[in-house]
Amino acid sequence: MHATPTTRAAREQARRQRARKSIAVSATATAVVIVGVALAIVFSPGWRTVRETYLSWHYFKQVLPSLPGGFWLDVRIFLIVEVVVLALGLAIALIRTMRAPVLYPVRVVAAVFVDVMRGVPLLILLYLFAFGLSALGFSFIPGSYTILGAAALACCYSAYVSEVFRAGIQSVHPSQPAAGLALGLTRTQTLRHVVLPQAVRAVVPPLLNDFIGLTKDVALVSILGPQEIARIAQINADLYFNYTPYVAAAAFYLVITLPLIRIVDRMRSRGLERQNALVLM
Amino acid sequence: MTRRTSLAAIAATLIAAGSLALAVLPGAAAIAATACTNGSLSLVHKGQLTVATDAPAYPPYFENNKPANGQGFESAIAYGVGHELGFSSSQVKWTVEPFDDSYAPGPKSFDFDINEISITTARAKAVDFSTSYFDNPQAIVVVKGSKYQHVTSLAQLRGALFGVQVGTTSLSAVTAEIHPTQQPQVFNGSNDVITALRQHKVDAIVVDLATGFYLTSGEIPHGIVVGQFNAPGGDNWGLLLAKHSKLTPCVDDALAKLRSSGELSAITKRWMQSGAGVPVLK
Amino acid sequence: MSAPPVLELRAVTKYYGEREVLGGIDLSVEEGCAVALIGSSGSGKSTLLRCVDLLEEIDDGDIYLDGAPITDPGTDPIPIRRRLGLVFQAYNLFPHKSVIENVVLGAVRAQGMPHEQALVAGHALLERFGLAGRERDYPDRLSGGQQQRVAIVRALMTKPRALLLDEVTSALDPELVGEVLGIIAELKRDGMTMLIATHEMTFAREFADEVCYLDGGKIVERGRPEQIFSEPEHPATRRFLARLLQGARG
Repeated sequence: MHATPTTRAAREQARRQRARKSIAVSATATAVVIVGVALAIVFSPGWRTVRETYLSWHYFKQVLPSLPGGFWLDVRIFLIVEVVVLALGLAIALIRTMRAPVLYPVRVVAAVFVDVMRGVPLLILLYLFAFGLSALGFSFIPGSYTILGAAALACCYSAYVSEVFRAGIQSVHPSQPAAGLALGLTRTQTLRHVVLPQAVRAVVPPLLNDFIGLTKDVALVSILGPQEIARIAQINADLYFNYTPYVAAAAFYLVITLPLIRIVDRMRSRGLERQNALVLM
Repeated sequence: MTRRTSLAAIAATLIAAGSLALAVLPGAAAIAATACTNGSLSLVHKGQLTVATDAPAYPPYFENNKPANGQGFESAIAYGVGHELGFSSSQVKWTVEPFDDSYAPGPKSFDFDINEISITTARAKAVDFSTSYFDNPQAIVVVKGSKYQHVTSLAQLRGALFGVQVGTTSLSAVTAEIHPTQQPQVFNGSNDVITALRQHKVDAIVVDLATGFYLTSGEIPHGIVVGQFNAPGGDNWGLLLAKHSKLTPCVDDALAKLRSSGELSAITKRWMQSGAGVPVLK
Repeated sequence: MSAPPVLELRAVTKYYGEREVLGGIDLSVEEGCAVALIGSSGSGKSTLLRCVDLLEEIDDGDIYLDGAPITDPGTDPIPIRRRLGLVFQAYNLFPHKSVIENVVLGAVRAQGMPHEQALVAGHALLERFGLAGRERDYPDRLSGGQQQRVAIVRALMTKPRALLLDEVTSALDPELVGEVLGIIAELKRDGMTMLIATHEMTFAREFADEVCYLDGGKIVERGRPEQIFSEPEHPATRRFLARLLQGARG
């Protein structure tokens, strides 16, 4: 029996029917869930109060003009801290990776630094850096609590980022630096031209994740005085006894973080694709 | 025969109910009054008056962070209201309620909250307030040697970096009356505000006048109350209750009795230092 | 007085912990000659080449390059490595660099050759070995045979005194082996000194000047290819060659 054109067409038609059916089923299931949840919310006994307290259009409009200023403060702190974190994190990773004996004391300090900054909650670090360091009374410690808070953020995140870089460096197969050395490159040249470029490329998704985490943790600096967006939301909430300002501030944040999250997800899935393609090859 | 009996029974019940109602109506006020005494109140926990405040509880509003000892301005007022409502002191129980939680929708875990809370119309949409038990002026505190130590008007303070506590009237008072050029720094609690001033991270702090006296009497070395001023529209403190709480008319009643008997002003005089000696800045 | 051999190994010994992986290797490669190392995996061929390139330290013995010792404890390995070219079984091209960048990196960074000059030399070599037009491609777009050819060009750019080839065709599909062997043959004809670890018996028979059979870290038998392949003396050599032929036939 050889295959006739109709057999092939029949197969395709069956496939199309299956696809259509699966779309219909998923659409129905989604609709049922959405409608069900919406009905459950809207008909819940406290819905009216919740809507007025958290989703009040009146207070949303009222608080909206004061939010961008606070958000801009967060953005500025975040950009500066992120640059410091990448540089300091890479430096710490390199110090801990290189084996020169003269660097030993620096390596020990770096290891202790990373352990402490990863082990202490960020909230406590902020208090210790701002109020604690200021109490020591050294004149070279910068004036404002905001700067000290940014320094706490930078130290905390550098510790995490240095571990990410270290993992990236260790993930580069040893045959790569071997090839570099075989060409007559020094260890430093091998690190710079062969290992680091591959290490950094490998860890872009986790770095971006830390990036996103930092954008949100910046809001914690508010406890040290500056009126950034979370604090402005709180001030307004206390003023009006209404929680909608928090929802408004959250919306602001989502506008920035959602695209970042999508980008990270896309990079990660492309990375997986490439990995799987190599395996299949 | 059954039907006639039932009809009669129903009629009798209705007449009895109606007469009772008629008998009751003129005494409605009397019933309302008795409805405010211990035994007929709708309370969160039966048999006790649950009063909330934040922690830590600071002087001069509370002493030693123990609201139950009856010491301190607001502790005394709470017990005064409790007594008027017919509770013994041992029937007054204290609970901790962070300020940000006190106005959350839904049932409250307290009968009323006393926590230096300012009454505003906007806030009154979400909660019930009692009548005011205190009108609170704002105080400006600096450290001796500050360039703002001898100011005579609010305008002279425009260049100062201020520190205030979140959720207090002080921030809006500073913004509305002083118009500072630098954005005030806002802190979580009065402790942090005090630290900021002590560490010279802010030029001046703005707190309730009574708090200002307390701070400069020991908490802040070389601290000085430079002057007092009023938030726009004044700053009236009230007890906070759940929206449409049945207790609200009762506490208003109790406060009215405390006022008319002179006990409220006695409590105020005992715990809240008079601001007569502090210059009023405009 | 004739020139010393390009490479000479005397009693080279190496241990991994307690295990002896190289047990007193004596070997010399004269100028323009190709010495083939044969033996099963684990016999020490790769380790030997890595030790010659100073990627690993030996525990006893000496290695000489152009008559000068290179394994003294105080010697800086970097200039030595620049004068030797090592090509790996897995090509080890740098995946984040294009073909031409792979090729010029060593010459520019390790030897300080001006970038322009390196580019010209690189292009010429790539063209010579059939890779014209692929300079901008990245390694993952090349076949295994092409990648290995790039790896050989990369090693040649530093103008090494000798090439060390570590099973360079073992990872290739059979139909791609020929193009790489062709290059090696060409280099031999041009007079390149080579030390080659290989499984390709036909190639060894045709191009090697000497064949050494390694077993358990020792050179069990050595000689000219005609002699080793036709009339091996040592029983171990005979067993190895028999197994190899069987594998080829099967």
